[in-house]
Amino acid sequence: MAEAGATPPQGPAGTAPQAPGRLGANPYVRTWFWLLVLTILELLVVFLPIPRTLLVVLLVVLAVMKGVLIMAEFMHLRFEKLSFVYSMLSPLLLALALLAGIFPDALNRLP
Amino acid sequence: MHPAPAQVKWDAPSPAFEASWGKVMMWLFLLSDTLTFTGLLGGYGFLRASSQAWPTPEQVFNVNLVGFMTFLLICSSATMAAAVGTARRGETVRTGRLLGLTVLGGLLFLALQAYEWIHFIQAGARLASNPWGVPLFSTTFFVITGFHGLHVTAGVIYLTTVTFRALQGRLDPDGVETAGLYWHFVDLVWVFVFTFMYLI
Repeated sequence: MAEAGATPPQGPAGTAPQAPGRLGANPYVRTWFWLLVLTILELLVVFLPIPRTLLVVLLVVLAVMKGVLIMAEFMHLRFEKLSFVYSMLSPLLLALALLAGIFPDALNRLP
Repeated sequence: MHPAPAQVKWDAPSPAFEASWGKVMMWLFLLSDTLTFTGLLGGYGFLRASSQAWPTPEQVFNVNLVGFMTFLLICSSATMAAAVGTARRGETVRTGRLLGLTVLGGLLFLALQAYEWIHFIQAGARLASNPWGVPLFSTTFFVITGFHGLHVTAGVIYLTTVTFRALQGRLDPDGVETAGLYWHFVDLVWVFVFTFMYLI
């Protein structure tokens, strides 16, 4: 999908905060389309005759892809200053640490 | 010597991030909310992985209906993103219309979730028991989808307020963008709730 107009949509990260406003609706339609495609893929993947572990990994990967799309495009993280992006994303390591801390127990300790 | 301002200028962008304070603070709130949802979904994953049996979600829920609910949230996120764009360009009426569509998507989502809950409850599911044999199955379902539904409800109220302000001629592009961040986050959380509670 090619964008018409003088302003190229792929501005470098860290430009002025009002950058998203000049982009028009097209990038949003594109993001919407890909989110839709990924959702349909998620619904179809469930029917694949593959091992359950692989299915879970596949679904998590698809979900993370959707999450990244929403954060980068809809939440404009792609257009923010890098210091902002790092500040807001680094606490997610805490979430990962939380999960890494409890999951080994779920698989090993309980009957 | 520095001029030493007497107070922080809240209407000026944050100097470190070159972003409005509303945006910075909303992101901070969303981060804490992310950790809350991680705790809930992580707890659910723990309980499910450590249980000997767990009902298959596809056999209990209508996954097509939930897929449609996902579609609704994606659409409302797209109209929200477009509303931020029109608000930046000062197009009040279009912004109001797009925000209205976003609210409508949220309301439809809530209606379908209510329908699903009623269906589930009529089938015998309670907070601490259900006919599928694993009590935690309905506990985690009600707590997690309920907590997310509460977020959608709050978002609908929040966006309705922003819509009315826009239509009254008090359109604040930064405010619309901040509200949009919250709404996209609700969509983002649903992506994971949908994946972990219905598909896996």
